[in-house]
Amino acid sequence: MAAPETSTAAVPTLYTNNTLRNAFGGVLSFFILLLIGVMAFSIRLFSVIKYESVIHEFDPYFNYRVTQFLAKNGIYEFWNWFDDRTWYPLGRVIGGTVYPGLTLTAGTIWWLLNSLNIPLSVETVCVFTAPIFSAFASWATYLLTKEVKGTGAGLTAAALLAMVPSYISRSVAGSYDNEAVAIFALIFTFYLYIKTLNTGSLFYATLNSISYFYMVCSWGGYTFIINLIPMHVLLCIVTGRFSSRLYIAYAPLVVLGTLLAALVPVVGFNAVMTSEHFASFLVFIIIHVVAFVYYIKGILSPKMFKVAVTLVVSVGLAVCCAVIAVLIALVASSPTKGWSGRSLSLLDPTYASKYIPIIASVSEHQPPTWPSYFMDINVLAFLVPAGIIACFLPLSDASSFVVLYIATSVYFSGVMVRLMLVLAPAACITSGIALSQAFDVFTGSIKFQLSGASSNTEVDAAETSSSTAESQTDAVKTEKPEETAKNRPSRKSKKKEREHGEKPSTKAKAEKKRLLALPLESSVISLLLLVLLGAFYVVHCVWAAAEAYSAPSIVLTSRSHDGLHVFDDFREAYAWLRHNTDVDDKVASWWDYGYQTTAMANRTVIVDNNTWNNTHIATVGTAMSSPERAAWEIFHSLDVKYVLVVFGGLVGYPSDDINKFLWMVRIGGGVFPHIKEPDYLRDGQYRIDSQATPTMLNCLMYKLSYYRFVETDGKGFDRVRQTEIGKKYFKLTHFEEAFTTHHWMVRIYKLKPPKNRIRGKTKKSKSKTSSTTSSPKRSGTKKKNPWQ
Amino acid sequence: MEAPIRAREALGFILFSLLFSICRSSSLNHLLISNAERRIDLSSHIVKVYLTLKVENAGSTPTSEVFLSFPPTQVDHLATVEALVTKGKRKKTTLVRLDVKPTELPDAPNDAKYFAIYLENPLKSGESTTLEVLYLLTHSQEPFPAEIAQSESQLVYYRDSALILSPYHIKQQTTFIKTPSTKVESFTRVEPSNRAGTEIKYGPYEDHPPYSFSPILIHFENNSPFAVVEELVREVEISHWGNLQVTEQYTLVHAGARHKGVFSRVDFQSRPTLNGASSLRYLLARLPPRVHSVYYRDEIGNISSSHLRTDSRKSELEIEPRYPLFGGWKATFVIGYGLPLQDFLFETSDDRRYLNFTFGCPLLETVVDKLTIKVVLPEGSKDPSAVVPFPVEQHLETKYSYLDVVGRTVVVMEKKNLVPTHNSHFQVYYTFKPIFMLAEPLMLASAFFLFFVACVAYLHIDLSIRK
Repeated sequence: MAAPETSTAAVPTLYTNNTLRNAFGGVLSFFILLLIGVMAFSIRLFSVIKYESVIHEFDPYFNYRVTQFLAKNGIYEFWNWFDDRTWYPLGRVIGGTVYPGLTLTAGTIWWLLNSLNIPLSVETVCVFTAPIFSAFASWATYLLTKEVKGTGAGLTAAALLAMVPSYISRSVAGSYDNEAVAIFALIFTFYLYIKTLNTGSLFYATLNSISYFYMVCSWGGYTFIINLIPMHVLLCIVTGRFSSRLYIAYAPLVVLGTLLAALVPVVGFNAVMTSEHFASFLVFIIIHVVAFVYYIKGILSPKMFKVAVTLVVSVGLAVCCAVIAVLIALVASSPTKGWSGRSLSLLDPTYASKYIPIIASVSEHQPPTWPSYFMDINVLAFLVPAGIIACFLPLSDASSFVVLYIATSVYFSGVMVRLMLVLAPAACITSGIALSQAFDVFTGSIKFQLSGASSNTEVDAAETSSSTAESQTDAVKTEKPEETAKNRPSRKSKKKEREHGEKPSTKAKAEKKRLLALPLESSVISLLLLVLLGAFYVVHCVWAAAEAYSAPSIVLTSRSHDGLHVFDDFREAYAWLRHNTDVDDKVASWWDYGYQTTAMANRTVIVDNNTWNNTHIATVGTAMSSPERAAWEIFHSLDVKYVLVVFGGLVGYPSDDINKFLWMVRIGGGVFPHIKEPDYLRDGQYRIDSQATPTMLNCLMYKLSYYRFVETDGKGFDRVRQTEIGKKYFKLTHFEEAFTTHHWMVRIYKLKPPKNRIRGKTKKSKSKTSSTTSSPKRSGTKKKNPWQ
Repeated sequence: MEAPIRAREALGFILFSLLFSICRSSSLNHLLISNAERRIDLSSHIVKVYLTLKVENAGSTPTSEVFLSFPPTQVDHLATVEALVTKGKRKKTTLVRLDVKPTELPDAPNDAKYFAIYLENPLKSGESTTLEVLYLLTHSQEPFPAEIAQSESQLVYYRDSALILSPYHIKQQTTFIKTPSTKVESFTRVEPSNRAGTEIKYGPYEDHPPYSFSPILIHFENNSPFAVVEELVREVEISHWGNLQVTEQYTLVHAGARHKGVFSRVDFQSRPTLNGASSLRYLLARLPPRVHSVYYRDEIGNISSSHLRTDSRKSELEIEPRYPLFGGWKATFVIGYGLPLQDFLFETSDDRRYLNFTFGCPLLETVVDKLTIKVVLPEGSKDPSAVVPFPVEQHLETKYSYLDVVGRTVVVMEKKNLVPTHNSHFQVYYTFKPIFMLAEPLMLASAFFLFFVACVAYLHIDLSIRK
């Protein structure tokens, strides 16, 4: 291994060697970063390769539609866009209620490409935005971790982030959602904060505010930043780490950042009025007080200072108490204590399930299970503790930030499965630090042991010519013995050495390091185990990217003995609606399908995935859980022409409307109390077989789902619920089947027009006449219609 | 039913004998048709009429024009008229295509429209020749009832004349009408006429004067799907790097009887022949051989229900729309494919290039209401000119594609009312210097070069204000 040549030849050219090596290392890490970017991009293309270049899931369809509008009508129209295709008859002001970051980003990319005469469609740009930004995010991770623990840790963290499954799940090609760009913005903002903290440069502080602005534009999760950074600042102050650098890192961010954040229409005055932001202002005051105290301390003698402190503290405490009391009174006067529902459910995990079923009903707002941690961050879960320990050796401003970041994000991810996404970068950073430190220790030990065995005397001789640890260079071969002497488990010093190039090391230091070195065998084995761990992680990530997270959810596939079977029913139904219904027809469905219906079918919907109006959603929920006639009246009063239900019973598609039905009942019952959940449950059990309650078997959702279902196999066997349905033969009186897709996954019904009232037939009015309210027998119906 | 038809028929006779007296002095009269046979094929929604005319010159002067006349209602739906003449004797007969052009005659009765067939050799006095005429009518079968439910079959009306409308005296004529099935609800009787199986025979009728007309109405079952492409835009993009990219955007509609009421999937799946007999389930597109990278999608993504079969002579793409099309239902989709350039691009002797490609729609048995073909020539090509075997509207456009600076010339051709017989070849000639092929690679290379130069410059120039 060690070349036989003596090291004396290397000494005269040492300086040039070093710069060369540094340059080479720079180029190498540049290329590694480039490859990491390529990997981050390409690992997310499984969805395009396995399926097609298509927008995924639900929310991305809305973002896609907004981007199309932006590309077509320009930015000014976009800000003023009132969308009348949704929330009929209320509509929605899109420009003022969306986080525009993602849309503007993709719109800008599209505009740029088109002005260069690269005619990519808006859809293509939208599909590939997320992979591109995950490459950026991994580079931002590199920068952040480099600021914390040096280049090696940075590269490792970047590589880990590039393929962390949790992030992949949100940023595969086609997953055109806010998180796609927001994670990049989040990490980059943190990087700039750390960078400012390390350098104290106002330039970076300004950049930090701009980056924070981009984050505010992109995602509601920006409140995480504006709470985490103040927490860190507070931590620094409390632990006595206050410095002017900290002040520069924080004060401009609050002032500029808040001003910029208020420019975003969806945030507006919330940036100063809601409780999510109060922490930052409080800390802003505190940091000024502290800065002032330090300043006073500087100009006063210690004795004078003590006097001043007692004076100020006594007066200041009184003032503070008064201010805080006023604030608390103000905040407490609002019903939600100034917090938005989602934020509150973060602070109190039981809040949503108690008060807001609509937030609780979303699957991504549920708390995660333990396996999902393993699925989403895999081996990182084990490396994180090691990384935290590494952050404490020694604890710097930057590493304390990382510790704080991981601690808070672990808590948040435990509350909402969606926030696993915020945890992923933190986990990658700490694991990157842990892995890189471990590698440093083990490779250092191996080198030390090898060199110690081969040329024990040479170590001392070569100590004067220290060199950095770029073992990949050509020059390394000749200098191996000397190098190993330097390349030991030095933790913080290593980084400094790299920065300063050479540093004479003393004999005593070498002795100390010799003691720190691990035995050769154990180092080699540990190294192998680490590599194995990494390999396991890579295999898992590739598997997760390819199998678990690439399905676009609007196209389903199943593999059977006779090949791949494609279930493209959703688009079949949307295409049918798009081409064969009137442009102004209103389509009612459960809110999950609202975005897709407006984007793919271009039809007006009653409710959609932007769940801003609980009452409206409850109305649709009530209609779905009412008997046919009451439902018809609700829908008719909303001008609905078609009702769309998703039914998986024929092919065994589990996330269909029957399985979501209890949420409709709960949300509907939350506003219209005549809908009671126990009416739909038999002994607390939700069932649709012959044991089901009559209310269940007569509700609209049941009828629309199972209409003529029994004729398919003669028994009406539901493959999702694994049971025969309770009521098999029934007729629809107020609805007619308009379209059912090939695998029955989407069924569209048309509301029959109201029948003419025929004089003299009022006896039969209950079954014949429909919408008129004059019939006296109406009151006899069990369920009272909320629209009376 | 019978009575009004008879009355109308009688009226027709009177009308046309009146017209005949007006036209008596016309110069057309020296020709006469000694025998005419007409076969009308109603089996699909495109009406194919094969007309065999034995034309005799009874006048004294030779003539080279034979006129066909059509009632104005038919002219609007007339997609194409072709005429062939049999040449040679006995065994060595060959068919020669003749020129057919729409013309005007000064004394056309009742707005009748004319097509002139130009004979190769003038027909001398006393001579006779046999012409084979084929014309296709689109949108000529009117669904009645206009709206049907899913389980009903589609019934249509076809209107025509029992007698061939002609400016000449016809000595003897027979008309055979082929219906798609034996199910014929009614047909107008003009004796002698009878029906056997899927065929209705009118005639033979003897000695009818010019412009004789006898309206008939046939009401029959036609369950063949009425596939009509309302608008088709075909874009053919030439890349001199060896590829011809074709993109076709379809707006398909089922133009048969409108679907009424419920669409029941369970009925459609369990008894497809009874329920939804007239629905349009799949289409067959005949693509050129050696086709590659075929895609079939619409505005919301890929449509997975298609099959491509290729062999050395042709490629067949079987496509299913996302949902079966019932009467009045629409669907839009895009078919795109690449073709090797050497199969379609040739050089002329005077250094010009020409693209030789098929006009028309590759879907079989489909009517295209409006077709736009855009031939996108490579950037830098000049003097484009198109040669199309039938009249089309033409104009030029400019398109900007990948990294174009001056834009690509686009030859746009538009035609209305197309049927599959329009799938003949057309040529677009242009001149192109191969050096233009390198323009974009050179542009990219220089852009990168400048970028690196800028980087190098930035690294070597000290930009700081303070020294």
